[in-house]
Amino acid sequence: MPKPEILDPQGKAVQGALPRLGFTGVTDVRQGKRFEIELDGEVTDAVLAQVEKMAETLLSNPVIENYTVSVEQ
Amino acid sequence: MKVGVVTFPGSLDDVDAQRAVRIGGNEAVALWHGDADLKGVDAIVLPGGFSYGDYLRCGAISRFAPVMDKVVEAAGAGMPVLGICNGFQILCESHLLPGALIRNDHRKFVCRDQLLRIENNRTPWTSAYEQGQEIRIVLKNGEGGFVADAATLERIEGEGQVVARYLELNPNGSLNDIAGVTNERGNVVGLMPHPEHAVEELTGSGLDGLGFFTSLVEHTFA
Repeated sequence: MPKPEILDPQGKAVQGALPRLGFTGVTDVRQGKRFEIELDGEVTDAVLAQVEKMAETLLSNPVIENYTVSVEQ
Repeated sequence: MKVGVVTFPGSLDDVDAQRAVRIGGNEAVALWHGDADLKGVDAIVLPGGFSYGDYLRCGAISRFAPVMDKVVEAAGAGMPVLGICNGFQILCESHLLPGALIRNDHRKFVCRDQLLRIENNRTPWTSAYEQGQEIRIVLKNGEGGFVADAATLERIEGEGQVVARYLELNPNGSLNDIAGVTNERGNVVGLMPHPEHAVEELTGSGLDGLGFFTSLVEHTFA
């Protein structure tokens, strides 16, 4: 997700479109990305650490984005 | 001087940049993103375009191209590196420059002859300009909004790392009207507008961009 202090022009565009469709009461929209990563075998701490590394180095830019990693079995 | 111009898949302005290098009095050397080889160049230009289709984030995938390991290494050793537009985005993604570039605040692609002020003429790419000189060169981008956190912004302003600033209007929502920045050492410069399109009378808005390519010579003999 873009960090709270970083302008999100795409989110703003979506926010602008919602009232035109009759959806009211929306005070803010922020748009982020979701990556679904399939892995071989057990999700061990070492595997998870590797995914964190992916998120930090390529999938997100820590200068402007925050990320969270969650596991689904 | 031999100036390498890197071509990535999706680079658009690499040939223009090579031409500008030659007009500026230097030898242009074509470098390929897939080769971890700088071919003995003395300086590097990362040109504009849409490398890797701007997938993920502008410059995010280019940063991991084989040539970039060498560029990062050379930049760390003090080699002059100039990133223009997409090249600026790649340098930010590589963390060679502070901040990041995001979608224009008005969400439209912008293409205009843009007035700038050179705020730092102590870099190897800007030494041909007077401090505070105003130049007009073309700006063309969809994701040219320069952003950084408050502490970083304060630091780069305080340290004189802002190289160029937009005048007349802010075309893309860049914080503090920042059009270009340099690293702490001053050898790596990123610029959103395109000096390589303003080096000949026949095409472009004039000759105001030429200084970025003649500065290297002056720097060498300074």
